[in-house]
Amino acid sequence: MSDRSKIFAGIAVFLVLVLFPVWYNLANGKAGYRPEVVKPKTGKCVMDTEYMLTRHMELLNQWRDEYVRQSDVMHKSPDGKQYVKSLSNTCLDCHDNKAEFCDRCHNYAGVNPYCWDCHVIRKGR
Amino acid sequence: MADTRDDRRTFLKVAGASVLGAAAVPAVIAGASSDADKPAGKQWAMVIDVQRCLRDQGCTKCFDACHQTHNVPDISKRVPPQMLAKRIIKWIWKEHYEGAFPEQQHEYMRQSLHGAQVPVLCNHCANPPCVRVCPTQATWKRESDGIVMMDMHRCIGCRYCVVACPYGSRSFNWITPWPRPFEEHGTPPNMKYPTRTKGVVEKCNFCAERLAESLRTGGPYVPACVEACPTRAMTFGDVSDPGSDVRRLLEARYTIRRKPGLGTRPQIYYIV
Repeated sequence: MSDRSKIFAGIAVFLVLVLFPVWYNLANGKAGYRPEVVKPKTGKCVMDTEYMLTRHMELLNQWRDEYVRQSDVMHKSPDGKQYVKSLSNTCLDCHDNKAEFCDRCHNYAGVNPYCWDCHVIRKGR
Repeated sequence: MADTRDDRRTFLKVAGASVLGAAAVPAVIAGASSDADKPAGKQWAMVIDVQRCLRDQGCTKCFDACHQTHNVPDISKRVPPQMLAKRIIKWIWKEHYEGAFPEQQHEYMRQSLHGAQVPVLCNHCANPPCVRVCPTQATWKRESDGIVMMDMHRCIGCRYCVVACPYGSRSFNWITPWPRPFEEHGTPPNMKYPTRTKGVVEKCNFCAERLAESLRTGGPYVPACVEACPTRAMTFGDVSDPGSDVRRLLEARYTIRRKPGLGTRPQIYYIV
């Protein structure tokens, strides 16, 4: 019974340490931080922004399978425009700054897609 | 007694039908095998006129064009010289005649063929052994046009296909072929085509990306090597189309294929 105070002190120290990222960001007023991506100034995306924001990885996987395995080369956007299914040659034509567009969000989310191991980036590598 | 006669009659009927059936089997097999040697549908193929190619023995234009187009890396400065032969990445290269056609050479054949450097590449076989062994279907024979395709995303680098290919047409990436950033390692690759990573197998794809582009724009489909050849030694076309340039050449000239005894039915034909 006499250890109660030590146990609670230990738990408190543990929580403080584990929750360090939370209270540190709260203290700095960064709790609502979202990475700021540099969007292309002109042009319209192959799908609407809401879809691309949450599901671009699914679309890219689908493009990959359809282009490589089924020779299905063209993507039809909701407004009827045709695009070649290509990360390097379609996506990066507009989103030409990988470091400030792709990487900022990927770093924030802690994901490391291996697309770039092979697919060539023109600038902002 | 009546039962016995019926049994005999039944027996004779069955026996007669069996004999007729057995007699028909060779005919069926013969009919099937004569068709089996022809590719089923459309099949891109190439005819290489070796004598035209030999006009310039030192020419490397076809593989320069291919390797530049497809970002095939030059690793000669990054591996020890004794390792180079095993680790080199190549889609199209030159083999001496005796090495390319070991079963089709003899000491008194025409002088120009002795040690002649013959361009060789993936044969896009009608019966490809690499496709049969691939455990992930990363390589497959495309039904629409017979190209033996390669999916780098799916390749696990097991190298069964490298072993299975009797022509040495497949290269394994032992080292990272294009270290980033490119500036530190020479010129950047062709931005229109992907590079590869360490641990995947690569080979000639008959410029399938050019085919996709030509289908989209309606332009002509000519592989980069064929386009680059200064002596026009390479002819490309659909071998299943009797009116194609390839078929006309095959009709006009006698052609051979590499290691025909293996039954892979290569689709690169050589006029020697």
